[in-house]
Amino acid sequence: MSLTKADVIKIAHLARLAIDEDDIPVSLRDLSNILYFVEKMNAVDTTDIEPMAHPLAATQRLRPDQVTEGNQRTRFQAVAPQVEDGLYLVPKVIE
Amino acid sequence: MEWEVVIGLELHAQLATKSKIFSGAATAFGAPPNTQACAIDLGLPGVLPVLNGEAVRMAVKFGLAIQATIARRSVFARKNYFYPDLPKGYQISQYELPIVSGGLVEIDLEEGETKTIRITRAHLEEDAGKSLHEDFHGFSGIDLNRAGTPLLEIVSEPELRSAREAVAYMKKMHSLVRYLEICDGNMEEGSFRCDANVSVRPRGNPTFGTRTELKNLNSFRFVERAINYEIDRQIDTLENDGHVVQETRLYHPDTNETRPMRGKEEANDYRYFPDPDLLPLVFDDGYVASVRRSLPELPDAKKQRFREQYGLSAYDARILTATRELADFFEATAAAAGGEAKRAANWIIGDLTGILNKSGTAIAASPVSPKMLAGMIRRIADGTISGKIAKEIFEAMCHGKGDADTIIERQGLRQVSDSETIERIIGEVIAAHPEQVAGYREGKHKLLGFFVGQVMQRSQGKANPKQVNERLKSRLNESD
Repeated sequence: MSLTKADVIKIAHLARLAIDEDDIPVSLRDLSNILYFVEKMNAVDTTDIEPMAHPLAATQRLRPDQVTEGNQRTRFQAVAPQVEDGLYLVPKVIE
Repeated sequence: MEWEVVIGLELHAQLATKSKIFSGAATAFGAPPNTQACAIDLGLPGVLPVLNGEAVRMAVKFGLAIQATIARRSVFARKNYFYPDLPKGYQISQYELPIVSGGLVEIDLEEGETKTIRITRAHLEEDAGKSLHEDFHGFSGIDLNRAGTPLLEIVSEPELRSAREAVAYMKKMHSLVRYLEICDGNMEEGSFRCDANVSVRPRGNPTFGTRTELKNLNSFRFVERAINYEIDRQIDTLENDGHVVQETRLYHPDTNETRPMRGKEEANDYRYFPDPDLLPLVFDDGYVASVRRSLPELPDAKKQRFREQYGLSAYDARILTATRELADFFEATAAAAGGEAKRAANWIIGDLTGILNKSGTAIAASPVSPKMLAGMIRRIADGTISGKIAKEIFEAMCHGKGDADTIIERQGLRQVSDSETIERIIGEVIAAHPEQVAGYREGKHKLLGFFVGQVMQRSQGKANPKQVNERLKSRLNESD
């Protein structure tokens, strides 16, 4: 399976990556090669094999329901570009 | 053409944990912005989510209550999209392997009918933060207190066939999560939210029509109105040779219409994949059994028991079991009223609910306690007061005038049942209205009501109505 130029543009957009027109052919080739490699694995018979959700053969540890994190707003907001009334400000997102 | 409506609901119940699903930040409602958003909720580099065991237990509890399959192994996945109130750029959710799948609930329709609705799945996920779009001179303000709050998303099969059925289903789920004490059900605070998938098709057509997804339905009333508006809009579009576009629409309560939500459409490519930060969630049968033992009596079972134990009608039993608080209130009243369960039911469903609704008071804060209500009911049952006087006493109890016995004594409301007094009053009434007496004796038997009214008035409502009726009839039928 190989990708088209449109696929690359769409993937870049979904990942919010700015990609130069000139770089598209390179990305197209690299991504297609990855898919080509993945396709090779399709040759292996995986019937009755449970898909892995994680490379470690371990299961999730659970945490007791306790509040352990206090208010550190001042520290967190010290690195934010812009704040007001305790809110983080971002360029307006609604149409 | 006759159209069939097809509706499926996605409910989001905020789980009533103290801390967030993947962090130890508090979940309390109404805190100042961003004071309950820790490094994990903010998605700062280097942090790792750790799953809250209580959120898991609540999801399992829900699954057991709807007789669903509880996955012994479930997996968390990343749902990727960009929005400023989602700091990580993905929401941790469950996709291919949700914790709960399959299941059923029975919903109550009009006239005592019921319908079984199948539940597709229920999965655990984290909530996003909140965006405030006003007052920031070209910027949006982001409050991440809600980010990471545990949600249980409950997805129904598209088996609801009208807005009313959708509301009945939603009410049933609302009641259930509150019975289970896994969600406070506060819709104003967004603890219980609903999205509706709505489509129409010609009746008998096996394939579904194109659906739209309705959002911003934060009350039962809005759900009903928005769906009805959308059904009309879709039918209208189709009957005028148009076609329904698959899209997300927002309900606007002020104009009572749905309008397409712009902007987010292209984002419907979430590229789910298992979250490498979280291991598979695995538990054994022993764990599920221990959760099962913690289940309270559920609404359907309680409803059935109320009918059998107290001899209530299906309607009464359904109303009284709508919430656990109301059911408990009823049981406490019935117990204290010594077997007067039907009377207790009537007073609670009628007068008490009436005054509580009027003042917007919760049953837990009722001015009349079960003991007070039972005290009054006992005085009706033993003939001390009439039903009519009881209404006055009830009113007085609501205004903090003490219990029924105190009010009866203080205001001299004891019912007059001694026949001498009643006979005397009847005599007076008959003597005062010779014309009506003549009329009655000529066959105008409807005048009996008039005489009863007169006697009750003269006794200031205290005469035993049953006795008055009997004695009046017999006196009026005597010919002088």
